[in-house]
Amino acid sequence: MAEKVLTPKEPKTPFRVWAPVVALAWLIPGGGHFLQKRPNRGALLLFSVAAMFFFGLVMRGPLFQPQGGDLLTTIIYCGGYIAPIFSGAVYGLTSAFGYSQPDVAGHVHDYGTKFLVAAGLLNVLAIVDAYEIATGKKD
Amino acid sequence: MPKINLTHFEAAILFALFTSIVLGVVTKKTDRERLQYGLYCFGCFVGTVFGLGWLMYLGHG
Repeated sequence: MAEKVLTPKEPKTPFRVWAPVVALAWLIPGGGHFLQKRPNRGALLLFSVAAMFFFGLVMRGPLFQPQGGDLLTTIIYCGGYIAPIFSGAVYGLTSAFGYSQPDVAGHVHDYGTKFLVAAGLLNVLAIVDAYEIATGKKD
Repeated sequence: MPKINLTHFEAAILFALFTSIVLGVVTKKTDRERLQYGLYCFGCFVGTVFGLGWLMYLGHG
C-alpha cells in the first residue's frame, strides 16, 4: 500500500487582513494596491478600469437588467447585469444618478455596453491580484 | 453627459489598450515583464483586429 505523503499546509491568512483590501479594491479600482503600498500598479488599474467605464458611459452603453428566457439570454443579461457591479463606486454613482440608456441598435452603443461590462471584469482581475498580494501568494 | 462616436477601429484600439494594461499589471512579477506582456497583449489584440478585418473583407467577396 502506497504511503500517503503529507505536505504541511500553509497557514491561512486571517480574514481581517485580506478583507479590507478586497473591499477597497472592489470599491475603488486599484484601491487594494494603494492600500498595500503599490501605488504605480494601483494607478494603472484605476486609470484603466475608470477610463473603460467612462468611455462606456459616453458611448451611451445601456446597463443590462436581469432577464429570463432561454439559457443564452439568461446568461447574457444576468452576467451583463452582475459584471459592471464589480466596477465599484463608479457603478454605484452611475446608478445613483439614474443613468439609463435604451438598448438601441448601433455599433457605438454596442461597444459602450461591452466597455461597461469589461470594466467590471477587469476590476475582478484587480481584486484577485490585490487578494493574492494580501495573502502573500504574490509580491 | 457628452456623447462620443467612435469608429469600430478606435473602439477596438481603446478596448485593447485598457485591457492590455490590466492584464500586464496583474499577471507578471516584475515591471519589465509587465511592460513586455502588456505590449504583447496589445499587439495580439491589434493583430487580431486586422486579421479578422481582412478575413471579413475577403470573405464578403
